[in-house]
Amino acid sequence: MKNLTTIALILITSFSAIAQSGYRIGDTATDFKLKGTDDKMHSLAEIKDAKGYIIIFTCNHCPFSIAYEDRIIAIQDKYKAKGYHVIAINPNDPKVNADDSFEKMKVRAKEKGFNFWYLFDDGQKIYPQYGATKTPHVFLLNKNRVVKYIGAIDDSSKDPAAVEQTFLANAIDALDAGKKITPETTKAIGCSIKTAN
Amino acid sequence: MRIIVIGLFLLSFTLNAQILEYKKFDDFEKDYLIPNNDTTYVINFWATWCIPCVKELPYFEELNEKHKTDKIKIVLVSLDFTKEQVINFISKKKIKSEVVLLSDSKTNSWIDKVDPDWSGAIPVTLFIKGKEKHFYEKDYHDLKEIETDLLKLK
Repeated sequence: MKNLTTIALILITSFSAIAQSGYRIGDTATDFKLKGTDDKMHSLAEIKDAKGYIIIFTCNHCPFSIAYEDRIIAIQDKYKAKGYHVIAINPNDPKVNADDSFEKMKVRAKEKGFNFWYLFDDGQKIYPQYGATKTPHVFLLNKNRVVKYIGAIDDSSKDPAAVEQTFLANAIDALDAGKKITPETTKAIGCSIKTAN
Repeated sequence: MRIIVIGLFLLSFTLNAQILEYKKFDDFEKDYLIPNNDTTYVINFWATWCIPCVKELPYFEELNEKHKTDKIKIVLVSLDFTKEQVINFISKKKIKSEVVLLSDSKTNSWIDKVDPDWSGAIPVTLFIKGKEKHFYEKDYHDLKEIETDLLKLK
């Protein structure tokens, strides 16, 4: 019994270590196959000739996610044509908040006219690999899925009018121009990712 | 009758409670994160819309009640979008701990100043005494869990 407890403890500890690590700048990110609000399964490999991928962990219920919806739509409008694609992923377990259910995701995508895939991390397998901890949480990947930028969309979550630094857009521009991205990581307040346990 | 009138007067005063708003992080930091006394500070970052935050608030309230006469100060730092949201919430829930609103929207400039380990998700809690500071990015499930971390301060 004591042995079992020890094994369980080791498993729990190693699991949380994995869950907390996530990607750093320069790591190669995993592709995935997740269901979108269009009822189709999607993966990054499906986007031919992409120059980069803008993975945004976001959700329905979080006020910070809601505050960024229009800005995410604008980023897709501006950068998709240049080969940089926004892919939004809801990492939350809807058992914790029913507003984050797949059905509610469909409703929100339609209401707001999302111009990007809005995917559901069913089973919560993808977000721990990326190391997402909150919504919204951005990971910018180059065409080889190498992580180039992690963090916030800009420097003013609550108030779009007060934005002074468009961190994500600057990072995409630098990536596109083959220049160094600065800063490579930023932070913003967000809603913790919801797990049932 | 007179007591009821006084009671009502006090109640209306509470309902119209104002809270301190910090529009600049640096001002908040000076007042709460760099104490120059022997008081222990338990500082919880939360928001009215954050489910795990609201769930753990009663335990911080219990802690506040239990240590009223001790040199322990519990401060609930709201990251809500508006002052009204917070005032309505604390009136409705009759929150007795000190509540302040930190509305500095340039979060990237100050999250690391609270603690470099903070990802930006809430709730988080700081335990500060003098130069000693412990930071936890986690939810609390009862008073005992908070007290366990509190006791880790020397």
